[in-house]
Amino acid sequence: MLKRLRERMTPTDVVMWFIGAVILALVIWGSIATLSEGKYSSHHWFDFIVFGLAQGSIYALIAMGYTMVYGILRMINFAHSEVFMSGPYTAYYVAAAFYSSGFLDRQPIVSLIIIFLVSMATSTFIAILLERIAYRPLRTAPRLVPLITAIGASFFLQYAFRGLYGSGFQAYPVVKILEGEWLFGEFRILKFQAVVIIAAALLMAALYSFIQRTRIGKAIRSVSEDKETSSLMGINIDRMIVTTFVIGGMAAGAAGVLYAVMFKQVHFYMGFIPGIKAFTAAVLGGIGNIPGAMLGGIFLGLVESVGPTLFLDGLGIVAPYQLKDAIAFILLVLVLIFRPTGILGERLAIKKA
Amino acid sequence: MKRLFILLLILTLPTALITNASPASAQQAKSAFKVEDPMGVVKVKPGGPVHIACWFVVAGPDASLGTDTKRGVEIAIEDKGGKVLGFPIKLTVQDTGCNAEGGQAAATKLAADPTIIAAIGSSCSSEARPGAPILWKAGIPTVSPSNTGPFLTDPKRGPEYEGYLRTAHNDKVQGAVAAQFAFKQLKVKKAATIHDGSPYAEQLQAVFVETFKKLGGTIASQEAVAPTDTDMRPVLTKISTGKPEFIYYPLFIAAGGHITRQVKEVKGLEKVALMGADGIFSPDFYKAAGEAAVGMYHSSPDFSAFGAGYKTFLERHQKKYGEKPIAPFHAHAYDAAMMTFAAVEKVAQKGPDGVLYIGRRALRDAFYATKNFKGLTGNLTCDKYGDCADPRIAIYKTSVENIKNLVLPDKPFWKPY
Repeated sequence: MLKRLRERMTPTDVVMWFIGAVILALVIWGSIATLSEGKYSSHHWFDFIVFGLAQGSIYALIAMGYTMVYGILRMINFAHSEVFMSGPYTAYYVAAAFYSSGFLDRQPIVSLIIIFLVSMATSTFIAILLERIAYRPLRTAPRLVPLITAIGASFFLQYAFRGLYGSGFQAYPVVKILEGEWLFGEFRILKFQAVVIIAAALLMAALYSFIQRTRIGKAIRSVSEDKETSSLMGINIDRMIVTTFVIGGMAAGAAGVLYAVMFKQVHFYMGFIPGIKAFTAAVLGGIGNIPGAMLGGIFLGLVESVGPTLFLDGLGIVAPYQLKDAIAFILLVLVLIFRPTGILGERLAIKKA
Repeated sequence: MKRLFILLLILTLPTALITNASPASAQQAKSAFKVEDPMGVVKVKPGGPVHIACWFVVAGPDASLGTDTKRGVEIAIEDKGGKVLGFPIKLTVQDTGCNAEGGQAAATKLAADPTIIAAIGSSCSSEARPGAPILWKAGIPTVSPSNTGPFLTDPKRGPEYEGYLRTAHNDKVQGAVAAQFAFKQLKVKKAATIHDGSPYAEQLQAVFVETFKKLGGTIASQEAVAPTDTDMRPVLTKISTGKPEFIYYPLFIAAGGHITRQVKEVKGLEKVALMGADGIFSPDFYKAAGEAAVGMYHSSPDFSAFGAGYKTFLERHQKKYGEKPIAPFHAHAYDAAMMTFAAVEKVAQKGPDGVLYIGRRALRDAFYATKNFKGLTGNLTCDKYGDCADPRIAIYKTSVENIKNLVLPDKPFWKPY
């Protein structure tokens, strides 16, 4: 047994496992130190977790777009962060008009629904354009080519929106019904965070059941398994690919409004950081796997929110939130050391690429 | 292929002509008189422009900071009639992004242009740290209207910063005033600070902490975020466990706006007093922070202490741009531009052929020799490390009307003098 293990492990594996074990030990040691200090009460931890869930569900929605496109085209759609940006940035003008006319205060629910629809429509439109102009002509090209186009398209869209809406930022109006908090005993939750978490969960459930239960969903899954066989079975591949982009665009547009409700600022560069984080989430969960992307997003959000305090505060590290990205990416490395395909990623029997 | 060759030939022809022509004209000039400089001499042909560059942040969330100073420079050029020594002034603007990478890229671009005589900038201290040495290596001195980070004019800053000066105040002054205000005026005993890892915010809060402790206050915690962070609630929750009465966060607009909006949502921080610095003293910050900024304090240059010319400047500004200044450093930029023109006038020599000769080292020395220069922001005298400001810092308080109309408060709330 031991001998077989020794034969299978290369020196690199040993080093990687060693690094993994050290990180894991540090994480556990830091957590125990923080918890035994008793500086934070249970409602603090509850707050940290809620903040993380809200941020994480936005990552998860964006990550779905990355993972679905990867699943069907085996390419990373780096312009997806701009799909995410285009929706809420455009919907801002609708929101501002509603706010100044007083409609937002009189009919907050109707306005929010319209804002959502505008944002989702814009993001979807941009996603379709991307697929049609930037990716479809290159579908048979070597894999690196669409990757470069994606980066180019990302820059193009950023600066197109900069030209369209200006280089400054815009502030979303406050929606009064979403302000304030709900109390559950001694725990409290901010209203809009509850709304963000619930809305994201509903959307993800809807999209997931669409992929799993409907005929179109089945067709999309079959195209992502094997394009040629699917087309032999009478599936219109182009249409399925466009549908994938549409679903990803809708999720990104919805995520954009949730982001705007939470953070209020929109600008042409706003997609970059959430885009990178969502991509990380998709890899974390196992790229190509939809529940994986959701799980990865929520995991990443939680780590960013809880991690710095839990892991580092007990170790006596000052200003731990500066290191929140470092923690998130170190954990990504950790996950990939132990599970190279991501949390839910399946081991592929045949290499699809 | 042949056509390509012809095209190349056509393209290289003018360059060849120019390189051939210039030594000839230089030789002509040499016979009459000689201008020498260890860092090189810039020659401006008759009618040719005196080329000045600005490197400011004019895009992204902090665009107001750079746009405000750009306007100050433009008004200064107008006041000179667009000309210095009878030569037209040419202004080039490079965006710097308010980060080190942007500053480095902008400075590298400017340094590659041999016609640039002097630069005005940068906007953020983080840009100047890599940028100023690049410019000075190319012999371009730079005067910043809004860098306030102490290290830029620190005696230990190193010779690569020899070409750097500023008309903005040093944060050693600003941080101390903020701490005095918190301790003496607001009677705060326990404060927390947040910085974003930028040299500006990090050093400013360090000065604040040092002064605040010296006065007898305690610091609950010194936290940090990343400038691109949006979710500040976790870090604010962590701060709330220290129970501070006052949070000082001298950041930039994006992160500053997020903190201001989110601070009241965190349990235990509902009543905490908030204070920012000059980096977020802007109507754009009011837009980012919304009503949450009502009652907040800012440290900033004291506009009411500015010279007599400031009133006319404001009228000119209103007429030209249709609004009031959008950040605190327009007057500093005006002064930086005027200082630049004065230095050029002092150093430049006109040859018999009508060519203007400007020695780069001599120009830098002229900048550093600035003494009792009557500017809008006061009497400017440069010390040997490039601090030229006449710093008077006041505290401003934001009212409901300020937020509603997106206008900066007119009158200081408190002054240390």
